[in-house]
Amino acid sequence: MDNHALGKGPDADILEARRLKGDGSPWRERFFQLSLWASLAVGVVFLGSLLTYVVVEAWPRLDLRIVTNFPDIIDPSQAGAQSAIMGTIWVIAFTALYCLPVGFLTAIYLEEYAEPDRWWNRAVEINIQNLAAVPSIVYGILGLGIISRGLGFGQTVLTASLTLSLLVLPTVIIAAREAIRAVPQSIREASLALGATQWQTIWRQVLPAAVPGMATGSILALSRAIGEAAPLLLLGGLTFITFNPTGPDSPFTVLPIQIFNWISQSRAEFVSLAAAAIVILLVILLAMNSLAIWLRNRYSHRW
Amino acid sequence: MGSHVNIHASLRRPLSPVALTAAALLTASACGGSATGAGEDGVEGDLSGTVRVDGSSTVAPLSTAAAQLFQGENPKVRVTVGTSGTGGGFEKFCAGETDIADASRPIEDDEKAACAKKGIRYEELQVANDGLSVVVSKDNDFAECLTVAQLKKIWEPGSKVDNWNQVDPSFPDEKLELFGPGTDSGTFDFFTEVVNGDEGASRTDYSPSEDDNVTVQGVAGSKGGMGYFGLSYYEENKGELKVLKIDSGDGCVEPTAKTVQDGSYKPLSRPLFIYPKASSLDKPEVEAFVEYYVENSGDIAEKALFVPLNQQQQAELDKDLEKLREQHRS
Repeated sequence: MDNHALGKGPDADILEARRLKGDGSPWRERFFQLSLWASLAVGVVFLGSLLTYVVVEAWPRLDLRIVTNFPDIIDPSQAGAQSAIMGTIWVIAFTALYCLPVGFLTAIYLEEYAEPDRWWNRAVEINIQNLAAVPSIVYGILGLGIISRGLGFGQTVLTASLTLSLLVLPTVIIAAREAIRAVPQSIREASLALGATQWQTIWRQVLPAAVPGMATGSILALSRAIGEAAPLLLLGGLTFITFNPTGPDSPFTVLPIQIFNWISQSRAEFVSLAAAAIVILLVILLAMNSLAIWLRNRYSHRW
Repeated sequence: MGSHVNIHASLRRPLSPVALTAAALLTASACGGSATGAGEDGVEGDLSGTVRVDGSSTVAPLSTAAAQLFQGENPKVRVTVGTSGTGGGFEKFCAGETDIADASRPIEDDEKAACAKKGIRYEELQVANDGLSVVVSKDNDFAECLTVAQLKKIWEPGSKVDNWNQVDPSFPDEKLELFGPGTDSGTFDFFTEVVNGDEGASRTDYSPSEDDNVTVQGVAGSKGGMGYFGLSYYEENKGELKVLKIDSGDGCVEPTAKTVQDGSYKPLSRPLFIYPKASSLDKPEVEAFVEYYVENSGDIAEKALFVPLNQQQQAELDKDLEKLREQHRS
């Protein structure tokens, strides 16, 4: 689908110019271009076939029942994923509530206030980079040991969203820092030169300019949290819930756990159900990513 | 119902003096006065609260079915079923986080110790039987019975057996085609544990499917086919399949509801348990759920595709429930 765009355009001129300059043979150019397309195709074809497969599997169950009904182990034709969909929304909303303020404030401190040559600031920075690479199951253990048991929050929406907050916090911080760093230094200097305090500079100049990037990064981070099953399974593995969460102290299940549960059932109907739940999960993810793209395009600044 | 607080301590364990006193003080008439569960049904509809169940993923369909049927009658009670595995379930149970532990094996000593340390008392209730059947095609006229060692030879990790004559020299030269469940299923865990000696250890070059119907079709369609799944699936597809007898050292035994129930079909049968926490029975919703589970065990087992208890087992379970009530009344 991208062949059209790739085959034409200004690239053709550059290639022509390089060829005339004698910089490599046309065959080499052709081969390089082909390998680029091939690499692109691997991703696109794989994604396409995966989506097709899931939608085909889900087709018999891709109707309103999946949204309006609750899990049903006795009669799969009456089963739905409403409790999991609502659980996912609750958990992600609370995750955003906890991790976004903390992540943004951390990023502002590290970018605007911290002196990078102090050893403790460097240590914090290295730690954040490392935390981003910690496997999610480790956060599950942390959540079970400290949040669920240590703090006594139990297997609730609160525990899950705090655990997921920790999980995506490094990603949020890194994304927010990138966005803040992308604001040109000259903007800050101009603001300060006009007599603004550092706080005024950050609040009125830096943040408005950085918000689109911060929002985009955060939404992508939350998208990751939505797909997580491993840490939540460890927290309690609640796979059968026939009610929606009623508050942060409520038991819950989420779509990835529901999918995991249905996949391991031995009746074919549950496999279609799992596929239908995967489609719902993908729809939520796509909606969030579209929002991220829209935010970026709508509010991005150019200097 | 608000003052209805029951103390049901473990049936086969002595009651603590505190619990006895509390039971004597707090026993209310609603439950104590009725000899059968039926008398309480009208009241149960008003129950609310949360019942937390966690444990074996094999028992989960059973507890889930029980939860679903129970919630049909008690819509305000929220029953949650988790699948942390039998070990994980006991771990949470003995940490005091759940009301009922689902278990596909009896509680182990270190788990007992963990529970004792936290002062958590419980009762073991057998609620169903699990049985796996090893099946071959109807066209297979040579295999009747396999030993556990032969099964292991076929299914162990790295096994290169691909012909029936390698299983037993007396079998004809017939290509062996293997079908089975995917690695996510409890059936897979159980089979690999008792046959190969290690949960999850299996050869991987067979045709796995999470859908047992696919296994049925696969085995039925090839003369040299072999597969395994829950006994209820064989019962449903008797016309297309032939079930193998299994010899675990005491002769060949055919899997039937009866041989699974009395445990003579070894090693592919086992009892399934729930472990309700004694102190959780203080909560009327938990008590009602356990009673419902016990009284409807046959229906629940059939709905979850397990082998129901036989009369003797059900009598045992009823006796346990009656003991529970007696203790409650005393």
